[in-house]
Order: sequence, then C-alpha cells, then structure tokens
Amino acid sequence: MSRAFSPKVVTANDMRSGDVIYLTADDQWSPLHAQAELIENEAHAQLRLLDGQRAKNAVGAYLADARRGTNGPEPVHFREAFRTRGPSNYPHGKQAEQTHV
Amino acid sequence: MYNYTDFDDSFVRARTAQFAAQVDRRLSGALTEDEFKPFRLMNGVYLQLHAYMLRVAIPYGTINPHQMRTLAQIADTYDKGYGHFTTRQNIQFNWPKLTDIPAILSDLADVGMHAIQTSGNTIRNVTADHFAGAAADEIEDPRPIAELLRQWSTDHPEFQFLPRKFKIAITGSCTDRAVTRAHDIGLRMVRNAAGEPGFEVIVGGGLGRTPFVGATVRKFLPKADLLPYVEAVLSVYNMLGRRDNKYKARIKITLHETGKEELSRLIEARFAELRPLFGGNDQVLLAQITAAFSTPDLRKADTSAFTAFYKADPLFRSWADTNIAAHKNPDYRIVTISLKKHGATPGDATSAQMRLIADLAERFGHNEIRISHEQNVILPHVHLSDLPNLHAALRGSGLETANVGLISDIIACPGMDYCALATARSIPVAQDIATRFDELKLEHDIGPLKIKISGCINACGHHHVGHIGILGLDRAGVENYQITLGGDGSETAVIGERAGPGFAYGEIVPAIERIIAAYLEKRTDPAETFLQAYRRLGLGPFKAALYPDEAKRDAA
Repeated sequence: MSRAFSPKVVTANDMRSGDVIYLTADDQWSPLHAQAELIENEAHAQLRLLDGQRAKNAVGAYLADARRGTNGPEPVHFREAFRTRGPSNYPHGKQAEQTHV
Repeated sequence: MYNYTDFDDSFVRARTAQFAAQVDRRLSGALTEDEFKPFRLMNGVYLQLHAYMLRVAIPYGTINPHQMRTLAQIADTYDKGYGHFTTRQNIQFNWPKLTDIPAILSDLADVGMHAIQTSGNTIRNVTADHFAGAAADEIEDPRPIAELLRQWSTDHPEFQFLPRKFKIAITGSCTDRAVTRAHDIGLRMVRNAAGEPGFEVIVGGGLGRTPFVGATVRKFLPKADLLPYVEAVLSVYNMLGRRDNKYKARIKITLHETGKEELSRLIEARFAELRPLFGGNDQVLLAQITAAFSTPDLRKADTSAFTAFYKADPLFRSWADTNIAAHKNPDYRIVTISLKKHGATPGDATSAQMRLIADLAERFGHNEIRISHEQNVILPHVHLSDLPNLHAALRGSGLETANVGLISDIIACPGMDYCALATARSIPVAQDIATRFDELKLEHDIGPLKIKISGCINACGHHHVGHIGILGLDRAGVENYQITLGGDGSETAVIGERAGPGFAYGEIVPAIERIIAAYLEKRTDPAETFLQAYRRLGLGPFKAALYPDEAKRDAA
C-alpha cells in the first residue's frame, strides 16, 4: 500500500510584487494561507500544480505541505510558516499588512 | 576614487534600458519566468522568500557620499527604508517590486552604480581589503587592479556562461582582511627579492558545501602580468570546470580533481599563449585608473584633542580602542563604524544612518567610504583631532557601538528570514548572541573573536572561517545549528572543525556561552585570544564544554 498522501497547498510568488500567494479553490491567488485550497488527493494536487504553474502572474508555483486548521489550511514546515508572516527581525511583509492574522 | 568614463556611463545606461525593456516584456506576459530568469540574474534581481531582492554592486567596497545618499533615497522610495550590506561588500534591497526595479537601476546609473554581474555564473563583484589605500601595513593600494578586473570582466564575452559563479578577492597588505584564501582566485600583494610589488596567486579556495583553503599557483606574479594570468586561470576553468553537477562546478573542485600541479601547468601554458596578446593597453589603462585612486590631501594639524578626549571620556576611549586602526599617516586613523549594534540585524543600515555616514565622510573623512565584508562601514581617512567630534556625531544614531572585532561583531547571512535557499534563520541567532553577551558585559574581557553564521550550506556567512562558526540546517523539519571551531579567514586561513551534533534554536546561545566560559577558564592570560587558545588546546576542552553530558558519560 502506498504511503498516505499528506495534504498540500499550491503556493508561489506574485510576479509583480514578489509577495507570497496561494491558489484558492476558485482559481484565484490569495495572499492568505488560510484561503488556500487544501488538496487532499495526490492526482488532484498534480493537476492544481499544473494550474499554478500555468498562471501568468504567479512565479515558481510548488506544492507545500499543509494541514486543516480552525480558520483554514495551516502550514506544516517552519519555512512555510515564515512565508505566511515575513521576516523575524522586522515587522515587515504579511505580518505588517494583515494585522488580523 | 574612480569615476565613470563616458564609456562606462553609456554602457551602464544601455544595459539599464535593455533590462527595462525585458521587465516590460515580462510584465506584459511576452516573456515567461523561465525566459526572464537569466535576464534578471544578469542584473542582480533575485526572487527570494517574501519578495524580489536587488543586489547592487559596491565594487571593491568603495563608495562615495553621493552614492550612499542615493542608496538611502532608493531605500526610502522603493524599499522599506533600509539596506543590507553583505559579506561580499554589496548592498541588498529586500523589498523592491519588479515594476520599480528599472527606475532603481536608472537612479543607480545616475551615480555610477549598477547591479551587473552581482548574480549568475559570471565573475562577481571583485572584493578587496576594506582598509585599502589607508592601511599602515599596505604595500600598494590594490583597488586600481580591482577596478581593472571589474572593467575587464564586465560583459567579457568568454566568461558570461562559466560553469558556476566566480569570485575574486584582492589585498595589498600582508595582513589578509579580504579572505583571499577562500576565493576562486585570491590575489595577495607581495614583494620579490628585488623589492618589486607583485602578486601571490591563490586558486581554488571556497567555502560552501565543500570548503577548501586555496592553493598557491604562483608565488610571485609581476603586476604587469596580472590580467593575462587571471584570464588564463578563467580560461582553463571555463574549459575544465564541470557543468554536469552544480555542486562540483566551482574551481575548487576542478583543482582537486585535476591536481594542483596539472592545473598550474595548464594555467601557465594558457598564460604563455595569452601574454603576447596583451600589447600594453591594459597597462596604459591601469596607469589611468591608478591616478584616480591617489590618497587625498591629508592635513597636518594638532592631535592633542584626541589625547585629551581619550583620557577624559570613557565612552570615547572604549570606542577608540575597538573601532579605529592604524593609518599609513601617523596623524590619521581608519575608523570602522559598526553596523552591529547589540540586538540589531548585522549589516543593516537605515536610510537615516546612510545619510549620516555620507555627511560624516564629507565632514571628517575626505569623502571616502568603504564597506567591509564583515558588514561594517569604514571611513578610511580620519584625522586624530576629528575622532572625538566624529564619535559625538555617531552617538544616538545606533552607529556608535564599540564592538569591532569582538563577539557581537557577527557576520550573518540573511538566512531564512529572507533567502529562498536558506535552511534555517541566522539573523535572530546573531541578534540573540550579541544581546546576551552585552547583558553579561563580557565582550571586552573576551577580546578578539569572530563569530560567523550561515543559514545554509552555501556559507554566505563564512561560518567555516569563523573562530566560532554556526551553520543553520533543517533537521527533520526543525531548525538545527552546527558549530565549527577554530576557523580563520586571515593570512593563516584554516577551515574550522565541526564540534559535534547540532543544537536546537533555543539551545544555541547557551552553547556559545559554554564555549566562552571554557575559553575564559582555560586561557593562559587575557592576552591569549580565543583563536590562540583553541590552537594551543585543540577541540577537546571546548567539546567537553559543549556536550557536558557526554563528557560525564566518558568520565564514568
């Protein structure tokens, strides 16, 4: 039996601003991890990755591990957690722009 | 300093216009990212973790006040009000939008700056001794050669698609402040038996995944032979360097796979072919460049103000004891302005700090500024009598920290706070170590000590040559930090030894404290530096201090 598939989100950077973005279920790109489509099926993940890679305004789309959280998908790895916030030495990036996060 | 000729100016502006058109095509969708990436990398534009990053060259670390003010203006207009000075004497802006980068490059071109060859598999910004042209121990100012190399390597058609990036460092002093032994080519000025200046040529040094101290392929190269010789080294590397494996593509691997003897033979053979093709124009150009690097008109003035302040003001005395170095003129000093305030990000300067540095360089420093690979700012020519006023002007700006060469003067790469390649954070580790040793009020007692931190195996933070090196890794989804000890980036370069298993993020500061406690306990006297003590004692006592449980087990 193959190993259980761990859920994923499709993430990339915005082509103009460089900001971290996530592919939503309705084919939009959101700056919020919690709004990403949580993909729980491997074949669907590959399809959604192709969608992400084809998008004109997104750069470097890839699949990142995620898990179901109370307000939507949450990152699993610390690198992805940093990408949802911004750097730790200044209050710059998403943590500054989204005070409600 | 060297000012752009009409040729330089039109070249940089043409390149800026060319890149602006490429950005337009990218924004319109005419270019895909795969098509655009090689173009942006030729112009210093990276896509990092949270944003684009623009790396601007500060050739051989030399910059004037006007240029510094432009960096401040760029930081305010297009970024978040600061810039990050790097371990290759460059400056990085962490938050530019792609749409703004053509305007930034145009502003840079206005003051004779650019981002060309700050990335990609090309010859990168040539780095130099940050005390060049001022150091008391210098044979000659190496920067004219560095500028010659910059002009020769910029857009050199043969060397735009090297197997991998290529870094050259140069020093004119016997004291190596430019880490020449850890570069693809290191050039150390030496004198021959007749007293003529020339270069020891070191090849194949490098840090990263496979750290090596470079090998000397020529003990003495006459100055006039330098350009054809460097071209010969590049030419042989371009032919032999591996393109099949990125991790084996640097010249250090070529050196070890080919052998020093055979590589030297190939370089000399290629040099014999190239040397006759250099008809002397390079030397004419070098003479013109050299004239632009003359020492400013140093003044003769009373120095008693320095002595009086040194006696009277303990804060000034502490700063003068750590942050100034000997100048070739006994009435002058080289001032290092620390960008390592305790708890601040190593190498970062706000736009206000940049403007202050520019003002002070004009008031007290003959309009000269340098950036060091240790991520500090240098005013290379300050008269002794001006030091008290300079220090007073720095106070309150965050630039007055008296810690150059001490434990809190830490080199750190951007790490996972910014870098897409990083495997762990390095900035907060540096902040925490500096803050802790400031609380302990121990750093002046500890004395000279270089901590260098990298957030991944690529070693931008030079951890292998730190007296204490810290390497941040990802171990099963958790940040983990390996410690190396006894590294040295100077003329006595050594790659540090790995102490043992790594430490979790929360354990790294206590681990450093244990190393320091062992040093303070075991040094013969306060004059024995950490590195000297390490060389005398070896890894043993420090390892025992780092892993006390293991030491207890071994004793049982």
